[in-house]
Amino acid sequence: MSDKQTSGDMLLKIRNLSAETGGVRILKGINLELRAGEVHVIMGPNGSGKSTLSQVLAGRDSYQVSADEFSFAGHDLRGMSPEERAREGIFLAFQYPVEIPGVSTVNLLKESLNAIRKHRGEQPMDAMDFLTMVKKKIKLVDMSEEFLYRSVNEAFSGGEKKRSEILQMAVLEPCLAILDETDSGLDVDALRLLADGVNRLRGPGRSFLVITHYQRLLEYIEPDHVHILAGGRIAKSGGRELALEIEREGFAAYERGADAKKAGSSRAG
Amino acid sequence: MSTVIDRSQADFHRLAGFLPGHQTPWIADLRARALARFAEQGYPTPREEAWKYTDLAPLAGKHFQPLATRDEVVARVAIDDYVLDPQWPRLVFIDGYHVPALSMLPAGVSLAPLAEVLAQSPDTIKPLFTASDEARGFAALNTAFMSDGLCLRLTPNVVLEQPIHFIHIAHGGARPAASYLRHLVLAGRGSRATLIEHYVGEGADAKAGALTSTMTQCVLEEGAALEHYQLNEQGLSVYHFSSVHVHQSRGSRYVSHNVQAGARIARSDLHAVLAEPGAQCVMNGLYFGRGRQIVDNCTFIDHQAPHCSSRQIYRGVLDGESRGVFNGHVMVRQDAQHTDAQQMNSNLLLSDDAEADARPQLTINADDVKCSHGATVGQLNEDALFYLRARGVAAERARAMLVQAFAADIVSHMSAERVRMHLDALIAARLGR
Repeated sequence: MSDKQTSGDMLLKIRNLSAETGGVRILKGINLELRAGEVHVIMGPNGSGKSTLSQVLAGRDSYQVSADEFSFAGHDLRGMSPEERAREGIFLAFQYPVEIPGVSTVNLLKESLNAIRKHRGEQPMDAMDFLTMVKKKIKLVDMSEEFLYRSVNEAFSGGEKKRSEILQMAVLEPCLAILDETDSGLDVDALRLLADGVNRLRGPGRSFLVITHYQRLLEYIEPDHVHILAGGRIAKSGGRELALEIEREGFAAYERGADAKKAGSSRAG
Repeated sequence: MSTVIDRSQADFHRLAGFLPGHQTPWIADLRARALARFAEQGYPTPREEAWKYTDLAPLAGKHFQPLATRDEVVARVAIDDYVLDPQWPRLVFIDGYHVPALSMLPAGVSLAPLAEVLAQSPDTIKPLFTASDEARGFAALNTAFMSDGLCLRLTPNVVLEQPIHFIHIAHGGARPAASYLRHLVLAGRGSRATLIEHYVGEGADAKAGALTSTMTQCVLEEGAALEHYQLNEQGLSVYHFSSVHVHQSRGSRYVSHNVQAGARIARSDLHAVLAEPGAQCVMNGLYFGRGRQIVDNCTFIDHQAPHCSSRQIYRGVLDGESRGVFNGHVMVRQDAQHTDAQQMNSNLLLSDDAEADARPQLTINADDVKCSHGATVGQLNEDALFYLRARGVAAERARAMLVQAFAADIVSHMSAERVRMHLDALIAARLGR
């Protein structure tokens, strides 16, 4: 679709972002701008740096990061801890949600929501109101309430883990939700739930960075921009049609391009 | 410089005429014999197998003096911080002596300070001291100097609805004080009770410290059930030595929740004898180390009869340069067929300089048994930590949550909710910096 929708304020601004870990450079100069209310999709082959980008955005400290600019809602992300980023409104739906035995999902949600509220100068939510709200939201992801009292992700199936991530997103209502291959491994019903969750939250104040391997999610979520990430760089940006092109032709052109370290613009198009 | 043996003998000479039961010849003899056995060796050394992980050398130069009488006890101490539930009957002791003004004894239960029993009706408890006639080291010192403690006698089938909360405060007043406490629990046939031993206080001051020695003897008659908490939250200059002996008859159930969260050196001995068929023994242990603390757990579960079971889970959380020891031995004797014994020790190291010594031991002399044991040492899961932080939870709070989760395997088995809440708060406060 058109990428000329009414755009809000600049939310995420990335210029020349590089990241390395263990001496290996994974991101090699990313440029990305995302405005409030926009949905951006990042597609790319395996090993292109998609998950690294999401981890770096959430503040994982196992990467050495350098950039000319790396800001979120006017804050320089460099020097901000993961919790500070989360409180400012960044949410990462993990590709591989971590099992945390002994910490219940409801407890995590309560700690998390109250930390964010405190940061905004708000009182902790009343326990009854909180539970009512969470129980309403868990219906949206079609999970039983019993999950709330189980340990976070422990012994959850792949689909349940993803639903739990969507539930957390729905409860925390972030400004920027990064969905790191949240659609992978989901059946059609779960995919619809995910899309519903995103579309329901979508609005002028909220943006999404959807990292995906497949374009099928885009049948349910209308993106404003689509980017191809290959070899640690944004190889190409465009609209919905770019996703359809990948669906038809695959990433081969970009992978070869990246492997050969070809200068100049990508030859796909 | 005088040795600990010289000093103990001098203290004994000074105090013998004041200690409870001194008019009763068998008690006076018992104490004198115990002191003589202590004088043969003094404090245990790492050369002894059971003490190989803990060197008591730092204690050698210190003189902790027992108070001669309860009149020396400073009775004005605020106890609000230590009372877990104002409704629970409680006995409050300071520096080895009972302080009636701070206590709240339950009606209709035979519960008395041991000093009172030793002075007034010593012969009723005489048989319980036969084992004390062999003890060495701290047990001998404790027998020589025991000043007070609690004596709980449950008549058959009596059920105590509320826990009995014993609080001991190492206060010390003007000088480094030693406290020698002795507790007796006689659980009659079919009786049920919960006892919470709670050790707190910083001693006279951070430099002087204090010594707390405590021994508990539990006898469970047929079908009796005892839930026994030991919570050590003493200050970092206190030396804490505790030992528990349990004797279990047919079908009895003993549950220990042993929490070591305080003292410069905390040593906890737990010895249970499953003497008759159908006895069940549960030992839950949770220990925390920080700074240069040493926490040494030494347990012995003696399966003497068939069809008994024991479950032991000990978990340690070690920070700073602290050291945690789990030295646990399960013995299955020849007659103890169909024993079901499980033992597990897990440790969480929060710093590079912390150390865990795990020594789970199993000796099996019967051929038809089900036994397992093991030990692990690990660190906080970095991925879990990042996950929680990425949800807005502060790093220190995230660490506390993960430690609480690790401890939950022990804490969740405690039936006293107030204790569970207390421990969650303790962990949050410890890791909240």
